[in-house]
Amino acid sequence: MKKLHLTLAFCLVTLGFTGGVSGNSEEEHLEHAGINVRDVAAVQRGAKWFVNYCFSCHSAQYMRYNRLSEDLDLGEEAVMQNLVFSGAKIGDTMDIAMKPDQAVRWFGKAPPDLSLVGRSRGADWLFTYLKTFYQDKSGKWNNLTLPNAAMPHVLWQLQGIQKPVYIADGNAQVIGHLELAVEGLQTPEEYEQTVRDLVTFLDYLGEPAKLERKSIGIWVMLFLAVFALLAFALKAEFWRDIH
Amino acid sequence: MDKPASTLTRKAGELMNWVDERLPVTQFYNDHLAKYYAPKNFNFWYYMGSLALLALVMQIVTGIFLTMNYKPSADMAFASVEFIMRDVDFGWLIRYMHSTGASLLFIVVYLHMFRALLYGSHRKPRELLWVIGVFIYLALMAEAFMGYVLPWGQMSYWGAQVIINLFGAIPGIGEPLTEWIRGDYFISDATLNRFFALHVIAIPLALLVLVVLHLAALHQTGSNNPDGIEIKKFKDDKGIPLDGIPFHPYYTVKDIFGVSMFLLIMAFIIFFWPEAGGMFLEPDNFVPADPLVTPIHIKPVWYFTPFYAILKAVPDKLIGVLLMGASVLILFFVPWIDRAPVKSIRYRGLQYKVMLGLFAVAFIRLGMLGMAEGTPNQTIEMRVWTFVYFAFFILLFFLSPKEKTKPVPQRVTH
Repeated sequence: MKKLHLTLAFCLVTLGFTGGVSGNSEEEHLEHAGINVRDVAAVQRGAKWFVNYCFSCHSAQYMRYNRLSEDLDLGEEAVMQNLVFSGAKIGDTMDIAMKPDQAVRWFGKAPPDLSLVGRSRGADWLFTYLKTFYQDKSGKWNNLTLPNAAMPHVLWQLQGIQKPVYIADGNAQVIGHLELAVEGLQTPEEYEQTVRDLVTFLDYLGEPAKLERKSIGIWVMLFLAVFALLAFALKAEFWRDIH
Repeated sequence: MDKPASTLTRKAGELMNWVDERLPVTQFYNDHLAKYYAPKNFNFWYYMGSLALLALVMQIVTGIFLTMNYKPSADMAFASVEFIMRDVDFGWLIRYMHSTGASLLFIVVYLHMFRALLYGSHRKPRELLWVIGVFIYLALMAEAFMGYVLPWGQMSYWGAQVIINLFGAIPGIGEPLTEWIRGDYFISDATLNRFFALHVIAIPLALLVLVVLHLAALHQTGSNNPDGIEIKKFKDDKGIPLDGIPFHPYYTVKDIFGVSMFLLIMAFIIFFWPEAGGMFLEPDNFVPADPLVTPIHIKPVWYFTPFYAILKAVPDKLIGVLLMGASVLILFFVPWIDRAPVKSIRYRGLQYKVMLGLFAVAFIRLGMLGMAEGTPNQTIEMRVWTFVYFAFFILLFFLSPKEKTKPVPQRVTH
């Protein structure tokens, strides 16, 4: 047995030496969003930013308005008044009026549905993305996190306009960081909070069951822990006569 | 009987006799539970068999409920999964049980197979037991692969694309074969529909038959044990193995404890970590399948990545496919590759311990590298571990007959 343990230890050491395998290289540049999806007020504020700024072009076709009213502690009337601008009913999904073929004609690419963007991209990516829009020399919008994205900076009035500061990288000029050239309606701190709220909402939108599953999960784990203890005691009792 | 039986007990006995004359229920119960004698020295590794059965049953039950709302159509599959996640009562729970259960089933099965390598459970007289087990493993791989296509996300689509195209490497029949599998010139609604049929009917049926055969073979020879010796050699005057204990109640209560620990781990993942950091549910699969947009980094789910790494390690596609196939199919021959005089690692030489250790490291490491993006250094490392993976079987074949072993005890150590 001792030798077996030594061998196992040897294997673990070998694994340790060969080290981890790096994942996606671009993830290293992402800022930490620091969201808390259980903060209902943040999700509510995020929902407001979402319907005001994103929802005219991006749908959330798997989300129903009445789910919002249940999960965000908002009455159905409050949802109808504050979040529904179209003729939608409370049980409808969050669709947009713009047809995909129109969108392609106007933007070159249909704006993607955002129901699951919190799960496919992740909160940190979204947080960084929404903070790294800039206006290039020709006055066009671009983004450091997703270069040459078709989307303009919809939140520019809030954030202001960022311009790139170039640094030399060998012979090439690359963007070192972004600088706020024109102030927006919000201070940088306020804008960061806005983006954080919006990302909190998108995270919730990606998996509304997240709120429920964590609170149920604690009880399931507790039950199973007690069950495991009893099962162990039962096993020990039966096995007392095995020598 | 010591005391006169009550009317109720007598009636129940009569009823049981009536049934037994027509259907051997009591005999079956005795043969496989109450009078099936298992070695008394089972350790941690021996939980995996019952857990694999539990996980399989859970997959079938949760699968039935998922089928009630899932729609196998290229237009509706993705949306129907989101419908399950959002609008079906506790649909998210059933879906996470199914997605987590798939990964946990593979973990349990890998540990179960490794247990056989540790204690020589595949050796004579249990060769067929092992061979049936490898068939179960192959069926599980097919089942998991097709199941992963059903949510119709980007990774479902492109993963299927990569795997099916592997068959295209076969000279001559490659292209027609891939068309035959897909039922179309590209992965389409036809592919999704047939994979659904195979995933929910054909392969589960095959799996159930194979599991019954696996248990039949197990109960024919009796279980091996950590000492790798036959408990049937020493029996008492009633013909009961001296080192054997009835499976029920001893191992049923023990397995209930194993089940509770397994469920505790499973519940933690389901409720607090369902994506398992992108290992069980991949971020790219939350984007609907788009035949026009190829994801930057296509990779299968973690339980296939060791074999995927072997494929990627070889520059030539056909040789890569052949080696990958060989890496799985070689498992069928392990009972005849390993020719050591003793079964259990407890009494085998240092040589086997080191070899098996390196083999385990190679498997895990290949799994990790198979998930990575594939830098040149990683490719070199994949080649090294691919070599180690195959070297294990080749060296085992030539070295095991002359292996220095320790004396094996007559009776199990407990």
